[in-house]
Amino acid sequence: MAIWNPAVECAKRSDIEKIQLERLKWSVQQAYDNVPMYREKMEKAGVKPSDIKTLKDIQKIPLTSKLELREQYPFKLLAVPMKQVVRIHASSGTTGQPITGCYTKGDLETWAECIARIATAGGVTDEDIAQISFGYGMFTGAFGLHYGLEKIGASIIPISSGNTERQINIMRDFGSTALIATPSYAMYLAETAQKMDMLKDIKLRVGLFGAEASTYEMQKELEQRFGILVTENYGLTEVMGPGVSGECEYKTGMHINEDCFLAEIIDPDTEEVLPLGEQGELVLTTLAKEAQPAIRYRTRDITRLIEEPCPCGRTSLRMEKIKGRSDDMLIIRGVNVFPSQIESVLIGQQGIGPHYEIVVTRENYTDHLQVKVELVDASLLDRYGELEALQRKIRNDLHTVLQLGVEVTLVSPNTLKRFEGKAKRVTDLR
Amino acid sequence: MHVKQISVFIENTPGKLAAFTKLLGENGIDLVSLSVADTTNFGILRGIVADYERAVQLIADNGYTVKLTDVLAVKVPDTPGGLAQVLDVLAENNIVVEYLYSFVRSAGNHALIIFRVDQLEEAEVILEKAGVQMLSQQEVRGL
Repeated sequence: MAIWNPAVECAKRSDIEKIQLERLKWSVQQAYDNVPMYREKMEKAGVKPSDIKTLKDIQKIPLTSKLELREQYPFKLLAVPMKQVVRIHASSGTTGQPITGCYTKGDLETWAECIARIATAGGVTDEDIAQISFGYGMFTGAFGLHYGLEKIGASIIPISSGNTERQINIMRDFGSTALIATPSYAMYLAETAQKMDMLKDIKLRVGLFGAEASTYEMQKELEQRFGILVTENYGLTEVMGPGVSGECEYKTGMHINEDCFLAEIIDPDTEEVLPLGEQGELVLTTLAKEAQPAIRYRTRDITRLIEEPCPCGRTSLRMEKIKGRSDDMLIIRGVNVFPSQIESVLIGQQGIGPHYEIVVTRENYTDHLQVKVELVDASLLDRYGELEALQRKIRNDLHTVLQLGVEVTLVSPNTLKRFEGKAKRVTDLR
Repeated sequence: MHVKQISVFIENTPGKLAAFTKLLGENGIDLVSLSVADTTNFGILRGIVADYERAVQLIADNGYTVKLTDVLAVKVPDTPGGLAQVLDVLAENNIVVEYLYSFVRSAGNHALIIFRVDQLEEAEVILEKAGVQMLSQQEVRGL
């Protein structure tokens, strides 16, 4: 498959690192000169921009947390006058104060370039009709993908999210070949298309899914249901939005746009930088963002960086699928559980649907983990034994992966909540 | 001679069974025979209805998991030992009864009992030979 910008994406490591160092110096200077928060943090740590002489020197600069960014709401992170800002996005703020994302004209160009690269890696070309089923609005997903796909030359359908049956009708009538959505919404779309008996009428070829983490099992299930190539991409409002990284057709990890982002992995507890290849929390520094630089931002996403060459020819570092956001991690009776581990067990089990819900309660000081799944295979209704065997199998498989006893509850089809944007599958009632 | 039974998955939470029976009621579907067995978190409702085609359509359209199974609707003499006679015949021929439940109504001096067996056709032949009467689907429709 094609590579959008081989000069950067297939550059020698030494050349990439040279660009990174040059841009890192610029970005740190930009933040130090114009954003009081970064200046204060650096002064407190006794670091000056001129101390950045190698890429490793970034470790001298303190980390930045989500909480610190929130305190700068709405515009205290701006490194340019508002006059130069041409777009303002914001995170949903469901877990607290929203975080704003401001962009100069140059930032929008950089953003479109980053998306063009990951979308090309995911198989999109100027021949594609791209249905963007992300919600258009303050959310960075829809606009981010929109301008990147436009740069490639794809024909964009800005349908936004929701109105699921209409989505399927448009998909058929317009002949959409690329779908942009969250994996959970894509699953709902597949299910709806099947119910409408229209899977055979749609021409989808590729799916670029992101804005929430998903497992390989979920990805495979989506590929089978739609008969398409599915790739995942990654980003977050705090550093730009989607476009930080994305998978190519080999799915060996998400290729990072390293000329725009510097990635580090730290131990989330000790905050120590970990050697390349070890699993920990991803920390990102923007290298090209003008309006709102992010310096050593703690993403709370748990992953691992991969440097082994990828068959696609890109030389960029890759990041593994997100194992979970550190604040999504559940601690059940002292055991760390990521919802993604549960998903990987559930998807592909015979007899149940792809939707699930996780409920955590505490009774008599003991944590209790319940997983709800939909029974779809009616043939199991003949004998209790078979239904119980299904329940037991899921329970045993979960136990193998989690080392925890889990209550598995079978519920009727179409009774668990479906999501049009990011899925919320965990209810923690403790 | 056998009849169609519907099996429906019902979650074992308050109101679920009520909602289901209400759905049948509102659509004029009469359960002429009914059994509900449950475990701690789910139940299976089994029953016989006159118009099973319409019932299955309605139940599936309303989002329930539903299955049709062939069962025997046996007329058992409504006297002490009546059921034992029928079970004896089946046992002698190594036919396993997986479950059974009775009709809400009876037919004269006979009780109507639904049998789910492991070898349906063999059971039909054997019971017929033994002079045990069974209802046909046609007869069920008339109930």
